[in-house]
Amino acid sequence: MNEPFYSVKNLTKVFGGGQEQVVAVKDVSFDVTPGEIIAIVGESGSGKSTLARMLLKLSQPTAGTIMMDGEDVTKLKRPNQLKPYWRDVQGVFQNPAGSFNQFYSVRTVLEKTFNLHEHRLSKAEKLERIHKALNLVGLDPQQTLERGSHELSGGQRQRVIIARALLVDPRLLIADESTSALDASLRVTILNVLKDLSQRLNLSVLFITHDIGQAYYLADRVFVMYRGEMVEQGPTETVLQFPQHDYTKRLLADVPRLEGWTASPGDLSIEELAKALT
Amino acid sequence: MSGIPVTMDSPPPPAAKQSAQSRVRSFTRMLSTRFYVSATMVAMILFFAFLGPFFWGVGEPKQIVGGLYEAPSRELILGTDNFGRDVFTQLMHGTRSSLVIGVVAGLIATTIGVVMGLTAGYFGGVIDEMLMGITNVVITIPSIVVLILLSIAVGTKSIVTMAIIIGVTSWPWTARAVRAQSSSVRNREHVDLARLSGASTVSLMFWEVLPYMLSYIFMAFVLQLTSGILQEAALSMLGLGPSNAVSLGIMLHWSLLWESVRTGAWWAFIPPTVMLTLIAFSLFLLQSSLDEVFNPRLRGR
Amino acid sequence: MKADNISVQYETRVGTPVLAVNDVSFHLEHGEVLGIAGESGCGKSTLAAALSGNSASNMRITGGTVSLDDTTTIDIVKTQGIPRDWRGSTISLLPQRALNALNPTARIGDYAYDVIRAHEKRMNRREAMEKTGERLEQLGLPTRVLKSYPHQLSGGMRQRVVTVISTLLDPDILIADEPTSALDVSSQKALVLMLQKMMNEGMLSRAIFITHDLALLSNIATRISIMYAGEIVEENTTNEIIHNAQHPYTRALLAATLEPDPSIRNITIKGLSGQSPDMQTPPSGCRFHPRCPYAMPVCAQKVPGATPLGSGFARCWLLDGTTEIPDPIKHEEVVAS
Repeated sequence: MNEPFYSVKNLTKVFGGGQEQVVAVKDVSFDVTPGEIIAIVGESGSGKSTLARMLLKLSQPTAGTIMMDGEDVTKLKRPNQLKPYWRDVQGVFQNPAGSFNQFYSVRTVLEKTFNLHEHRLSKAEKLERIHKALNLVGLDPQQTLERGSHELSGGQRQRVIIARALLVDPRLLIADESTSALDASLRVTILNVLKDLSQRLNLSVLFITHDIGQAYYLADRVFVMYRGEMVEQGPTETVLQFPQHDYTKRLLADVPRLEGWTASPGDLSIEELAKALT
Repeated sequence: MSGIPVTMDSPPPPAAKQSAQSRVRSFTRMLSTRFYVSATMVAMILFFAFLGPFFWGVGEPKQIVGGLYEAPSRELILGTDNFGRDVFTQLMHGTRSSLVIGVVAGLIATTIGVVMGLTAGYFGGVIDEMLMGITNVVITIPSIVVLILLSIAVGTKSIVTMAIIIGVTSWPWTARAVRAQSSSVRNREHVDLARLSGASTVSLMFWEVLPYMLSYIFMAFVLQLTSGILQEAALSMLGLGPSNAVSLGIMLHWSLLWESVRTGAWWAFIPPTVMLTLIAFSLFLLQSSLDEVFNPRLRGR
Repeated sequence: MKADNISVQYETRVGTPVLAVNDVSFHLEHGEVLGIAGESGCGKSTLAAALSGNSASNMRITGGTVSLDDTTTIDIVKTQGIPRDWRGSTISLLPQRALNALNPTARIGDYAYDVIRAHEKRMNRREAMEKTGERLEQLGLPTRVLKSYPHQLSGGMRQRVVTVISTLLDPDILIADEPTSALDVSSQKALVLMLQKMMNEGMLSRAIFITHDLALLSNIATRISIMYAGEIVEENTTNEIIHNAQHPYTRALLAATLEPDPSIRNITIKGLSGQSPDMQTPPSGCRFHPRCPYAMPVCAQKVPGATPLGSGFARCWLLDGTTEIPDPIKHEEVVAS
């Protein structure tokens, strides 16, 4: 049951060439087991979104391998070759407004996903699956199906996009900053949806975020990325209570807290902080 | 497995539910006076060109009905031209030809421009550089020279040939504008999501990127149409127009050739000039009033 | 500084105006930082724009007065904003995205010079550079940034430099509108520490800090106003807001603040359902009632008044003395699976 089904080895992405070469992701390796929630934490520019795009097969890695059930999927490129992969690995992105094509209703957006199915489903089967998926994310199908994106709130839109991914019964959901464009009170609701789905459907979630608080709330394991490299990974409690890498320590020390920034090993004075940031 | 209670979203507030009726109402409210004025003018021109001949036509356009340059009279309200043909009848037929040439040329130019721009913007990289290279080369070649050379090379021309010649030389501006738009729309997240649903590249371009540019493409079409009409007039005036038809440009060509200005036969050159001005003016006005509807930033200014 | 009964609306082509800010009042003493917190669309940025003289073209101030130290009371409806000569020198705005505020082809030094020149015509370039450099050094920023172009600086550095420049003229009041929302946590902290230092060393006497991040706000503000749908629903000292919030909306916001702390493991925190109201047709009575877990019939009918709470107030029918206040709704424990 808890054998890893998905593994990534030495994944690297280099943009540009020659003098202007930028290594966005460097030598990233990890495994995913069924039903676990992994948070990948990093600031903007840490390469976490580039990583997400490679894992979703929207961009081709420069080096490294992606293995699914022992099969190397790194080289697959054409949409038709990738359909089986996308039945297992799906994504949710940052901006709920941008995730919607404003010309289509919720129903149209959802139905597009059936394109991935091997067998043609009947109309009734499709509708049944859509109803099930919307119910799973806490939306009323009757109320939602015929709406356009402008008739939904940000939180509702993001739920529809999660429901869209669920239509193919994926085993791994990659959520790239999927809650950061939402207000705090709605954010918690989406996090709860993800947690609930992971438990009920034994779905693995790669939750990519800049917010270490959300990682703490949600994840079983935490990976910390810094300048393209994975500098620390381990169980959430261990990483966040006993951080090893200086960057993780600083991140934890700098998170604003209602009770004020706490004196901790990573806490820097204003001068030190200014130096660290330049 | 124990489930975590997921909060059900309460039904959205009634404000979010906009009835079709109120949507139509707010749409019509966005249309300005400018739109109504220009739309009425365009409708009148269309009526004049396509139905006019049935009401006011004096025979066929090439039928000789009087003497050379007869002044306007009760029967022939715009007089006759250098061959003794009815100017009013010619004006209606000429307007029709000019409009047909404009529409066909506009369609051709817009289609080429959209295909080039969409492809370049969507793929970026080498494809983008190649297609935009071609586009820039076409832009730098003075189009009137190409038009003249093409017209001479083709020899006998119908109005459709004429439209094709104009269409294939005037697409680059549309291509450049569409490219800019499509490269920004392709970065929207729904394009990636559609890809994750296994959509092919062509279907992504068509169903996810193109819809965002429809209003824009429509306006580009109106502009291409207008400039197509004006280019036809310029070419025809130089004597490079369609061989077997009457167009506004050809009317001007004849009146130039038969010295209507020197002989004071104003009815031979003023009507086509005024008609050209009216067509261009009303189409530009229509285009800018539609811009207001499509582009909310310009509203209420 | 006192601001009273400020109302602002946006004109729309369709007719019905958007009532972005409704009857907002507050006061700001020397040495204070007033925090304004609320979620997107609550009117906090509109308020900042109206008070700093940066109104958008379709914005209309429909009510309100502003007075400084009880000397002059200005009716901002007549003038549609604060007097021109207040801008920058009396009230200065620190905008959301410094990148947009800076001309990409001008060096930081040129920008500083322009700001100074706008109000002190006699100062020459060298003096202006010296003054700016001195200020930067005092705050631990390198003076070489004066010779840099905006794109050469990191987002955090840019925002700190803009902060220094917008306070060069020693404004009486700094209004910071979401200055940290595009920054990573370390840069957020650096900016807040810098503002604190400016307060301590007298470079800045008072400020309004607007953000959606309550945790960050609690580190800089002395008092906090919570805005919802264009209105202030609760205002109190930072300590009271954080430990003894009364309004259900404030409590929901606090509960949704996820801190990396063992206390948020293995529990489920309830979020709010629904969405912020459409401000063309705001809900009747208390504007929060459609989303409030404690809504009563009266909430939909009558607008709640301000109930005084020691050093602050809250607007909620639960506080009128006749109803029992429910326990704080911070968390809901879940049986471990």
